[in-house]
Amino acid sequence: MPTFTLKVFRGGPTGGDFRDYRVDADEGMVILDLVHRIQATQAPDLACRWNCKAGKCGSCSAEIDGKPRLMCMTRMDLFQPGRTISIAPIRTFPIIRDLVTDVSYNYVKAKQVPPLRLKPPDADGRYRMMQEDIDRAQEFHKCIECFLCQDVCHVIRDHEEHKPAFSGPRFFIKVAGLDMHPLDTVDRSEFVQAQAGIGLCNITKCCTEVCPEHIHITDNGIIPMKERMADNVDPIVWLLRKFRGGRKEPA
Amino acid sequence: MATPEYETHEHDVIVIGAGGAGLRAAIEAAAQGVSVGLICKSLLGKAHTVMAEGGIAAAMGNVWPEDNWQVHFRDTMRGGKMVNNWRMAQLHAQEAPDRVLELERWGALFDRTKEGLILQRDFGGHRYARLAHVGDRTGLEMIRTLQYHAIHQGIDVYMECKVERLLKDGDRVAGAIGYWRNTGRFVLFKAKAVVLATGGIGKAWKITSNSWEYTGDGQSAALWAGADLIDMEFVQFHPTGMVWPPSVRGILVTEGVRGDGGTLKNNKGERFMFNYIPEFFKGETADNEKEADAWYADKKNRRTPDLLPRDEVARAINSEVKAGRGSPHGGVFLDICTRRPADYIRKRLPSMYHQFKELAGVDITREPMEVGPTCHYLMGGVRVDADTTQATVPGLFAAGEVAAGLHGSNRLGGNSLSDLVVFGRRAGLHAGLYAKNLAGALRVDQAEVEAAGRAMLEPFSRSGGENPYAIQAELQETMHSLVGIIRTESEMRQALGKIEGLKERAKKVRVDGGRVYNPGWHTALDLGSLLTVAECTTLAALERKESRGGHTRDDHPYTDDTWAKVNVVLRLRNGAVQVSREPLPEMPAELKALFQERK
Repeated sequence: MPTFTLKVFRGGPTGGDFRDYRVDADEGMVILDLVHRIQATQAPDLACRWNCKAGKCGSCSAEIDGKPRLMCMTRMDLFQPGRTISIAPIRTFPIIRDLVTDVSYNYVKAKQVPPLRLKPPDADGRYRMMQEDIDRAQEFHKCIECFLCQDVCHVIRDHEEHKPAFSGPRFFIKVAGLDMHPLDTVDRSEFVQAQAGIGLCNITKCCTEVCPEHIHITDNGIIPMKERMADNVDPIVWLLRKFRGGRKEPA
Repeated sequence: MATPEYETHEHDVIVIGAGGAGLRAAIEAAAQGVSVGLICKSLLGKAHTVMAEGGIAAAMGNVWPEDNWQVHFRDTMRGGKMVNNWRMAQLHAQEAPDRVLELERWGALFDRTKEGLILQRDFGGHRYARLAHVGDRTGLEMIRTLQYHAIHQGIDVYMECKVERLLKDGDRVAGAIGYWRNTGRFVLFKAKAVVLATGGIGKAWKITSNSWEYTGDGQSAALWAGADLIDMEFVQFHPTGMVWPPSVRGILVTEGVRGDGGTLKNNKGERFMFNYIPEFFKGETADNEKEADAWYADKKNRRTPDLLPRDEVARAINSEVKAGRGSPHGGVFLDICTRRPADYIRKRLPSMYHQFKELAGVDITREPMEVGPTCHYLMGGVRVDADTTQATVPGLFAAGEVAAGLHGSNRLGGNSLSDLVVFGRRAGLHAGLYAKNLAGALRVDQAEVEAAGRAMLEPFSRSGGENPYAIQAELQETMHSLVGIIRTESEMRQALGKIEGLKERAKKVRVDGGRVYNPGWHTALDLGSLLTVAECTTLAALERKESRGGHTRDDHPYTDDTWAKVNVVLRLRNGAVQVSREPLPEMPAELKALFQERK
């Protein structure tokens, strides 16, 4: 049975430090199993969130050796036996205690997204949508709200000042999912520009890299949205296009 | 000890639990124009509904036009071995299609038929393909849809807030007291009506598909407040949980694998379910592989025994393993890789593919899965009025897994998600109406509130040294080995003795650290309800001297007609749980006729 040393952050809003726990790992165990083992045997008050333990609820996000991941989907056989592994809370949000952070930012942003408003149904009262027309939106519905994409997003990770006017990747794909609903009638472009702050995103794709659901956040969500914004309202693009459009090509 | 401090919130209706049932109840209560508070033990959107996989059962007839509510009603009653509350089963079958269409209206994107309607899939015990679904992540779609609809309805949401006890004003409910998990501070809710939507009790067993939240909070709170519980002996072991590696043992493998063509095999490669077709289902179950395989495409054939109701399949797997025909890690094989193309499997079962690949290193498009029974669902719970969902305490309502009756002795797959929205809506509606009609101010007993606060703080100041995690683990071991799939009187008596011992030890639990987000403390507080529901299940299981659905007795192996007419009822009297048998409501003749038509 391999033994690991977990360096776990212990502390609260006013500070804390990493403490070492030596833990055995049985076959097939994941980081979350070891955290539970620490709770049951060494530190009953070690705070962490979890629910499903199967990568479906998105509760147990943490930074494992500096990398944002779900603790329940990080297998111990990724690591050399005997190694020291650090576990820290996700950095973008204020610490409540140990591995638990205050993610209320995300619930505030969720409420701001203009909700769906559907077209009237067909004459028989039913809605009809073809599978190929909902495939793209269904990809965004896979989001488990683990907020790892929010954690890793450079716009807010170390810039508290951006938080009021920036929603983050989670809510860009939320909007994308609504916009790509075949029967939706709402124009969210004003919201996306002014409140969600899509202009601040500089497409570094970090969000896509950490997504445990492998959603193509940047390519399928953010980039098409930026393009639409550019088409619609961006005054510079509009001016450029007008300028280019009005230019006489040399003969 | 000093008087504990607490904050107070007042609502017409509070809903405890924010899975499918709680969210739907809160939405409907808010639609009545009353003030609503929604209390969740975890963050919003993380409740157990998020883990539901296969789909939501509703006789919409999109795939098989022959389907209708009567067929769904009949399947549900037969799946529950006829001890369901017939009126709940009727309402459920009649209203489920509207609730699914409502989810669609609120933004849910279900998989589609070629005509662009909601696609429906086959599942155990359902005559027709009936489950609306989104691949194998239907619960996620449902909870997100309800969650994002609810946040625009003026509902106050209290996240990571755990309710410990209900409060009463005379005979009726007047609110609840609990604590914020992230501060440890106490919170008092004054409310005219309370909807319980707290889910199940699976955390009392060792191998379970349930998360840490499922500690029987609602069942216990209702019992302590004087409400009746029924059917607590009926616990569903889902036939297919993961068995390997040990750390994932119990995690659910959707019935959709079999619904989409997967079969169960033993270590000899035999499709053993053909050897376990009970008399009760012979008429509708295929007895040979050819007919079973043809059933998927043509419902004129009889259904594959791989899709018998869950109680039958779980017992069959248990028998195969005991007879030495199991898989290397003590389960059986679930094979879809030799039956369906890899692309189809990845498209229909993406989260199963992902789950096995990442957690077990198994590629389910190339290898069979190893599966075995896992504690999954409680059919019993709070006794409610079918139409209003009101419990036997005025002002107390219950919906979803915490409520009893709809599923009888065994729930069909897919009937849980539909239960949540059908009865969640009814609970919210009737709680809202009840609150509107209730005049006068709410009174809660100050002394009761303070006593509850002091009780919650006790573990910090005890001199005893019991570890809450150790007690929880011993209870799980006890229930697993003594009150599991197959039960017998002597073992259950032994379990009662152990539970009694654990209750004593729980009084000596000591926790260290502070009140801010302290899981040791939370675990200690959850022990009260967990031990209570474990005792209730054991008492009810001792009482029912027959085998039926999710209750199998080695010492009473047959179904007994005299037991088909009664519920086992539990209520608290003078501090002790009292057990009695009471007659089931009688089904009207026109519904009885549905069971005569075909065998």
